[in-house]
This record gives sequence, structure tokens and C-alpha cells, in this order.
Amino acid sequence: MHLRDGIRLPVVANVSFSVKAGECVVLGGPSGVGKSSILKMLYGNYGVDEGQILMEHDGKLVNLATAEPRTVLEVRRATLGYVSQFLRVVPRVSALDIVAEPLQARGVAIEDARARAAELLTKLNLPTALWSLPPATFSGGEQQRVNIARGFITDHRILLLDEPTASLDAKNRAVVVEMIAEKKAKGTALIGIFHDEEVRDAVADRILDVSAFSPRKAAA
Amino acid sequence: MSAVPLLKVNDVSKFYGSRIGCRNVSFDLFPGEVLAIVGESGSGKTTLLSCLSTRLMPTSGIVEYHMRDGQYRDLARMGEAERRFLMRTDWGFVHQNPADGLRMTVSAGANVGERLMAVGDRHYGNIRAAASDWLERVEIGIDRIDDQPRAFSGGMRQRLQIARNLVTNPRLVFMDEPTGGLDVSVQARLLDLVRGLVHDLGLAAIIVTHDLAVARLLSHRMMVMKDGAVIEQGLTDRVLDDPREPYTQLLVSSILQV
Repeated sequence: MHLRDGIRLPVVANVSFSVKAGECVVLGGPSGVGKSSILKMLYGNYGVDEGQILMEHDGKLVNLATAEPRTVLEVRRATLGYVSQFLRVVPRVSALDIVAEPLQARGVAIEDARARAAELLTKLNLPTALWSLPPATFSGGEQQRVNIARGFITDHRILLLDEPTASLDAKNRAVVVEMIAEKKAKGTALIGIFHDEEVRDAVADRILDVSAFSPRKAAA
Repeated sequence: MSAVPLLKVNDVSKFYGSRIGCRNVSFDLFPGEVLAIVGESGSGKTTLLSCLSTRLMPTSGIVEYHMRDGQYRDLARMGEAERRFLMRTDWGFVHQNPADGLRMTVSAGANVGERLMAVGDRHYGNIRAAASDWLERVEIGIDRIDDQPRAFSGGMRQRLQIARNLVTNPRLVFMDEPTGGLDVSVQARLLDLVRGLVHDLGLAAIIVTHDLAVARLLSHRMMVMKDGAVIEQGLTDRVLDDPREPYTQLLVSSILQV
């Protein structure tokens, strides 16, 4: 549940599920039912009014719903990755450095992080000419590929994906599907939203229907 | 992740006569953490910053600082000389108006070097080398080292003020609207610089700003103030993307979209 303009808007209630290592769970249901809200709560980006979000971090279980800000940041740095729908650009920072940053934050040397970033951007077919530019002026698909590379560069054990393939062409969608399969093979737990049925069927081990948690539906 | 706070703030209030400056503010700041204090003019942000940085004496409450020797010291009980020494070495204060934090009529190099002299550096060559190094880091040409900041643009003055503050390797930096009054491209450059320095040096910082975009870019955590009190606080992106208090929602929805 969260608020806007001082009004309480119930969004989702009593959401319960668990995800195993190497599993990809896809949140399903119509637009506006609360899929992204769930993903954002899992990332600590939206507040949680009731309940627990437990994840394994650094050998311990952390409840992200009540964790201190600096704990949330530490979990995000080391354990929990997120590919958002839209890239949030930082002025003056190049695409390559945006992708390399999460690795750098984990103590990898800048040259190595950039090399790994270059590998991923090549895989995602982002033209080399764009690498040194800040992505503010990139097309939607180009920005999204930068975003995906940034999310996939680390070996975070949990990865949240908010429609990572929405503005990609068929060729690049296939690349992302392949990258997700690699993550699963390495034991990463993935939770995602995919509107594209083809992609969804290719990656999902399980589909969780979010409309079951919608209080509006229950009232109707 | 360090387990002990650098600054412990406990129930700090400041009254101007019967008027409230800020009231009942408590929080801990950890090493490497950047805290943004946001709110509209008159909400008590600057009063709070002044109370924390010993520029004002709080009416009640305690501010404790973790000294380099590992002891916590109550700032209000420190002697004036000791407090000044702390301000010049372990702390930095970046003013909104660079003229308040710089000596406008001595050279840029001397502005940076003065803080080194305050901590006992006496070797001219070393001081000048450190000053040149810092001017370079804040993207001011070495050929400007002997010029007075009077001859600098607003953005350059602000970058010089930052160099002057960081040259002594402080652990905590206070900033009062560091990008106020700068045009957007100059602001972007300054923000990028501050972001990089905070990250590379592992600085803790408390930044007062009314610009939520600045808070989002620079801070880990934020506090929203209204009428002298902290009404909401938490992880920066949580507060901005899922604001809980009606006033915070009003602030967030007032941001102009570009």
C-alpha cells in the first residue's frame, strides 16, 4: 500500500511468495494491478506498510521491509540488483561508466569494470560510437540496453527485472532471454515483469498472478 | 560498513526567543553516508545545519562527534579553540555564497593553502603542490593559482571553496545549498564533481538543499523538514518515489519535469 496526495490508495495486500536460487518467477496480471509496486517494494524503493521481505544477504536473513537505509544500500550493492523500466541518467557520465559503476562499487578496478561493461554492450549490440556519450540523448531501446547491461554486470544473487525487453527489437530480445538463462544457470533468483508473451514463456519457471493480491478485485 | 556513527544527534532544538528554529531532531550519521536535508525556505534546515556544525548553540539537545582518537565528544562542551581546530581540519563547511567561505582578496592557491597552514604545514613547496593538485581535481586551471577568487566566475568560486574545504582530508562536510544560484550546466559539473569526491574519499556529508533533484543525485538518505520538525526521513529514493507525508507528496509533485 502507498499514498498519494494524502489519500491512502490500497494497491496490494497479503502478497506472499518465495523464490529459489536459479528460479525465474514472473509477475503476471493486467496493467495497474500492482506488479511494479511489488517489485519496487522488494527493492526497498517503495515502503511496506505490513509484512516482511526476507532475503539472504551476506549469510544472514535481512528483512528489507524494516531495514535501515544504509542496510538497504548495502544489500543493493552486494545482493540485490534491479533493472528498471527507464534509465535514470546522471549528467556527464558516459554509457560505459554507467554500466561499469556497479562493479566498481564492489571494489573491481575501473579498467576491469570497463572491459566487462564493453563486453556486455557488445553483446547487446550497442554501437561502439555511443559508449563514451552520456545516454541522455539515446533512443528508448539504446537506453534500455545500457540499463540491462548495468543490471546484469554484477553477480548479484537476486535480480529484479521490470520489463527489460519492452522497447527492444526481436534480435536484442533474444539476447536478453539468453542472458537471463545464463543467470539462472549460475543460481541467480530472478523476479520479473514481462508483457511480451514470447519472452515470458521462454524465461518463466512460474507465473504469479498478482490480481489475486489486489484488494479492489476482492471488493468487486 | 562501519558500525559506529560519526555524528550522533539527540533531540536537538533551537528557539529564537519564542519562535521555533528547529525542534526535537535526532539521527545518527555514519562514515561515508550522505544525508540531504530538504524543505522549503524557513523550514529550519539551515538552523539545524548551524546547530550541528557548532555555528549556533542548540537551545537543548546533544550533538556528539566521533573524534579521530575514537572518543565521542559533546560539541557544546568543547572549548572554542578545540572547536575551531575541528572546523579547520576534520570538518568542512561549503557555503551557498562562496564569498562567505573564501578570502576574496588573496590568491586561489593561498585560499587552499591556508587550511593546510592551520594544521601546521609550513613548507611552501609542499603547500603549493597540494594546492595545485586540488585546483586540478576541482577542474580549475593551474595557471589561475595566483589569481584572486574575485576574478573567478560563480561556478569556479564554488569549486575553489570545495577544494579549500577538502584539502585537509576532512571526514565530515556540511554543505548549505552548494548549487544554489548556479546555472544548470555549471550545476551539473559541480554535482558530478561532488559526487565523485564524496565517493572516492568516503566522506560523510550533510547537504541542505531545496532542490530535490540535487538530493536524489547526491544523497543516500534524506530528511524532510517542515515548521522546524523532521516530518519524514528514509532512503532517498524511497522518500522521493513513495512519499508518505502529504507535505512530502506536495514537494515531490511540485518538481518540474524536463
